[in-house]
Amino acid sequence: MARQRIISTSINGNPVEVLAAPRQTLLEVLRENLDLIGTKEGCSNGNCGACTVILDGRPVDSCLVLAVEVEGSEVETIEGLASTDGLHVIQDAFLGQAALQCGICTPGFIMSTKALLDENSSPSEGEIRFHLAGNLCRCTGYDKIVRAVEQAAAGEMN
Amino acid sequence: MPVVHIPAPARDLTGGEVDLEIEATSVRRLIGELDQRFPGFAERVLEEGELKPGLRVAVDGHVSPMGVLARLEPDSQVHFLPAIGGG
Amino acid sequence: MASVEERQFHIEPFPGGTPGNQRLVEEGRLPDYDVVGTRPIRHDGTDKVTGRARYGADIKLSGLLQGFVLRSPHAHARIISIDTSKAAEVPGVHAVCTNADMPSATHRAGDLGEGVVDWYHLNQNVLASDKVLYTGHAVAAVAADSVHIAEEAAMLIEVEYEVLPPVLDVRQARTAEAVVLNDDVRTDRQPVGEKGDEPTNVAKHFHYQKGDVDAGFAAAEVVIEREFTTETVHQGYIEPHTATAYWSPDGKITVWTSTQGSFMIRMQVAELLAVPISKVKVVPMEIGGGFGGKIAVYLQPVAAVLSRLSGRPVKLNMDRSNVFDATGPTPGSYMKVKIGVDAKGMITAGEAELLFEAGAFPGSPINPGCMCIFACYNVPNGRIDGYDICVNKPRSNAYRAPGSTHVALATETIVDEICEKLGMCPVEFRMKNAAKEGDERVDGVTYPPIGMWETMKAVELSDHWQSPLEGPHRGRGIASGFWFNFGGNSVVAATVNEDGTVSLIEGSTDIGGTRASVAMQLAEILGIAAEDVTPTVVDTESIGYTDVTGGSRTCHATGLAAIKAAEDIQDQLCQRAAILWDVEADGVEYSDGQIQAVNGSEPRTISFAEISGKLNQTGGPVVGRGSVNADKHGGAFATHIADVEVDPDTGKVQVLRYTAIQDVGTAIHPSYVEGQMQGGVAQGIGWALNEEYHYGDDGRLHNASFLDYRIPTCYDLPDIETIIVEVPNPGHPFGVRGVGEVPIVPPPAAIANAIYHATGVRLRSLPMSPPKVMHELLSNDE
Repeated sequence: MARQRIISTSINGNPVEVLAAPRQTLLEVLRENLDLIGTKEGCSNGNCGACTVILDGRPVDSCLVLAVEVEGSEVETIEGLASTDGLHVIQDAFLGQAALQCGICTPGFIMSTKALLDENSSPSEGEIRFHLAGNLCRCTGYDKIVRAVEQAAAGEMN
Repeated sequence: MPVVHIPAPARDLTGGEVDLEIEATSVRRLIGELDQRFPGFAERVLEEGELKPGLRVAVDGHVSPMGVLARLEPDSQVHFLPAIGGG
Repeated sequence: MASVEERQFHIEPFPGGTPGNQRLVEEGRLPDYDVVGTRPIRHDGTDKVTGRARYGADIKLSGLLQGFVLRSPHAHARIISIDTSKAAEVPGVHAVCTNADMPSATHRAGDLGEGVVDWYHLNQNVLASDKVLYTGHAVAAVAADSVHIAEEAAMLIEVEYEVLPPVLDVRQARTAEAVVLNDDVRTDRQPVGEKGDEPTNVAKHFHYQKGDVDAGFAAAEVVIEREFTTETVHQGYIEPHTATAYWSPDGKITVWTSTQGSFMIRMQVAELLAVPISKVKVVPMEIGGGFGGKIAVYLQPVAAVLSRLSGRPVKLNMDRSNVFDATGPTPGSYMKVKIGVDAKGMITAGEAELLFEAGAFPGSPINPGCMCIFACYNVPNGRIDGYDICVNKPRSNAYRAPGSTHVALATETIVDEICEKLGMCPVEFRMKNAAKEGDERVDGVTYPPIGMWETMKAVELSDHWQSPLEGPHRGRGIASGFWFNFGGNSVVAATVNEDGTVSLIEGSTDIGGTRASVAMQLAEILGIAAEDVTPTVVDTESIGYTDVTGGSRTCHATGLAAIKAAEDIQDQLCQRAAILWDVEADGVEYSDGQIQAVNGSEPRTISFAEISGKLNQTGGPVVGRGSVNADKHGGAFATHIADVEVDPDTGKVQVLRYTAIQDVGTAIHPSYVEGQMQGGVAQGIGWALNEEYHYGDDGRLHNASFLDYRIPTCYDLPDIETIIVEVPNPGHPFGVRGVGEVPIVPPPAAIANAIYHATGVRLRSLPMSPPKVMHELLSNDE
C-alpha cells in the first residue's frame, strides 16, 4: 500500500494540512480525516451530488476527486457558508421555503446553488433546474428547492 | 348483537355464511362462540390465546390495538383482517 | 346537513405558500387555529442547512473499526462451505463473522407491526448460511482498522457455492416445474384460511369476496378486462444504510443507526442476537430518507456481532450498489383486472388476480394491494385473489403505500377506458362511483368520513382541469388513489421550562419535518408559539415505545400523544394556579394560553409564561406525558392531473404540468404537507416513466447505480402544483389524517392515461420508458 502523504490545502478559507493515502477521495478525507461530516456520501460514483463541494470556484463531486488533487487549491464546504452574522442567504431561503425534508441532499444542493449564483445571480427557472440536475433529491420533488433558489437569488440582488 | 364478517377463506367453515350475529362482549368471547358453532375457527385465528401474528381485528372499521381484549357493544361490527403498516 | 353535492366549495391560495400551493375550502367551514396551519421554520433546520446534523454514517467513536460485508455473486446457490481463515490473518483485521456467529433461529413468526416476518428468514437474510437467494445476499463480514483493509480481507474469504438456476418471473415461479427457493414455505391462505402442505414459491394467497361477482358482470353494460406488469422498483433514498454497534463487556449492545423506527430495530436486534430488549439500546441518528425501506434490519445485527468478536465499536455502511442489490425494493408484479359498469356508468363488479414478487423470502405487500385495488369506489360485487411469490431477487419491503401504486395502475386505466367507451367525463365517473362514508369495501370494512369525492370536486374546480391543453402529441390524464394510513404507539414527555418554553421529548425519528408538526400541535393546545417548543428525538432508553416513522402515522399518532401531554400540562398548571391564588382547583380553567379563576370573589388570570416561572415553589417541575396507541387515523384519498407531451420520434414522455390533490384531514404545517405530496409525485413519475431493475438471465442486477437506475432530476420535472383538501378526521382533535404515502399512488396511472390521450396508445406495463413507448407507437401505426 502506498505511503500516506501530507496535503496542504485551504478549506473554507483556512490553511489545512492533512495526512492521507493517495487512494482516498476528497470526500473520504473531509469526512474521516478532517471530521467535516457536513458533506454527505450518497453513491460514491458521482451520480447523486450529495458530496458537492466547490473546488477553486467550480462545483465538483468530491467522491470523484482524489484528495491529493487539492494540493494548493481552495475548497469550500457547507461548513464554511454561515458566518458569525448568521446563516447565508441560501441557507435562510432553504429554511424559509421548506426546501428540505430528510436533509441529506441539502448540503450538496446548497453548494451547487452557491456555485450557480456566484456565476449567474439571476437565473431563470429553467437555468436553475438545468444547473441543479446533478443533485438528486428523493424527498421533495424539487419544487420547493427551486423556490428557495429563486428566493436566494432575489435576496442576493437586494 | 355484534355482527362479525367472515373472511372469504373461512367461509368453508361457516358453510358460506358471510355476516353472522354473535352474542359476545369481547372479541375473545366472540371467537369462542364462533368456534363452538364452527369448530376449527379458533385454531385459524388464535395462537397461544392471542391473535396470530399478522392478524388484526377491526371493530366498527377501526383496527383495534386491543386485539382479543377489544370490548364489543351490541351494535359492533367486527372484521378479521391482515395487519397493514405502510412505508 | 346538506348532501355532498349541495355543499359549496372554492379553491384559493394556501396562506404562506407559493403560487402553486392551494387549498379547497368549503363555504362556512374554515378552521381557525393559531399555530396549526402556519409555517414556522422547522426546529432542526439550522443544523441541517449548516451540515451539523449527524446522520447515521457521521457517528464518531473512539476505537471505531470499519466493516465490510462480503456478498453473493450468485442469484441462487447453496452454500457448501465458508473459509474465513485467510481474511482473519490480514494485518489490521480484528474480527470476521458469518451466520455461524449468530444464535440459530427458528421458523417463528414475528410481528413487525405491518406484516409478519419469519425470524429464520430474517436471520438468513442478514447473513446467509443455507442458500444465497439473490446477488448481493450477505454471506460474511470483516471489521478492520479501515474500510479498505476490511474490503481487501473480505476478498480473501473463500465461499464454495453450488449454483442453482435462478427464478426471476412471478408467473413462472408459481408453476409446478419451478425450482423452489425455500423448502419450508407453504401456501398460507389468508385471511383466516388454511395452510398448504407442499413446498412452493407461493407463500401466501389472499382471497376476498363480496356479493356475487358473476351476477355483477352479467348485469354490466360494459366489461373491460386487462393485464398489466410492473418491474421491481427501489425507494431510492439518497442515504445508504448504515449501522454502528458496540457490544460492551457487560453484555449491553448500543446501536447508532439511521432508522425509521428505533424500537423496531431494538426488537429485531434483540430477537436475532437472543438478548433481552433491555440489553439493546438504539440511538437514532438523523435519517436520509426511508420510505419504508429502513424498518427491517440489515447491518445492525452484523455490526453488533463484529463488535462482540473484536471488543471494539464497529461501523458498517452500504455503498450504493449494495443498496440496490440487497435491501428491500418494492415488488414487480403481474395483474389481471376486470371491471364492469352498467349503462349509467355505475360499477357493478370488480375482479382481480394479482401476483407480487416477494423476493427471496415471503412478505410482499400483496395484501394491501388486494385491499386498495377497488378502494376508491363503491363496488357492490368483488372477487380478489392476491399471491405472494418468492423469486431470486432481494426480499421486498415496504415502499410508500406499498402495493397501492401497482393496483391503481390497473384500476385507474381501466376506468379511463370505461369512461371513453361510455362517453363520460372521468371526473363525473369518479364522483358518481366515489366511495363515501358508510360504503363497504370488498374486504368488508365500511368507511368512516373520507374525502374521495372532495378530491374530485377540487379537480373540477382546479385551474389545471379548466385550462385547455393544446398542441400535438399532448394529452391529459387523471387518476385516483387510496391509502389506509396507520395509528400505533407513540409516547412523548413535555417539560415546562421556567422561561415559558417547553422541552418536548419524542421517539419518532424525523424524516420529513415531524419535529415541527408535533411541536405545533402541543403549542396549539397550550396557546404558545411553535418556536417556544424545543423538540428532541431520543433513544430507546429515554422514551416509551414508539412505532416507526412511516405508514403516514407520525403527525397523527405522535401528534395525539403531544396533545395528551399538553392537556396533562394544562391540568397541572390549573392546580398550580389554584395553589398560587389559594382557591379551589375546580374553579380554575385553561384557555388560549391563559389560566383563569372562573368563580370566586375576584377574577384572576395568569399567562403560561408567567406561571412557568412559579412551578418550583408550587410543588416542583411540571412534566406532561402522553402515551397513545392510536387507532382512528383515517384513510387518505388523492386524485392527480397530469399533462404530458410524447415525442413521436423517441418515445420520450415529458410531464408538462402536474397537479396533486389530496385529502389530508387537516394540514398542520402546510409546507411539509405540500412537500410530502410533491415528493410522492416525483417518485411516482420516476416509477411511471423510467425506474426499473434490469436483471440478466443469470439473475444479476445490471443497473445498481444512480446512473442507470435513473430517478427524476429537477430538470426532468415541472413545478408540482398542490391542492390540499381538508375533510377532518373525527379521530383526531385537529382532524389530522396521514399524508405521506398516498401521493405516490396515482402518478403512474395518471401518466398512462395522459399518454393515451396524447397518442391513442395505451401502455399497461411499467415503466413507460422511451423504448416501450416507441414500440407501442410503431405497433399502433401498422
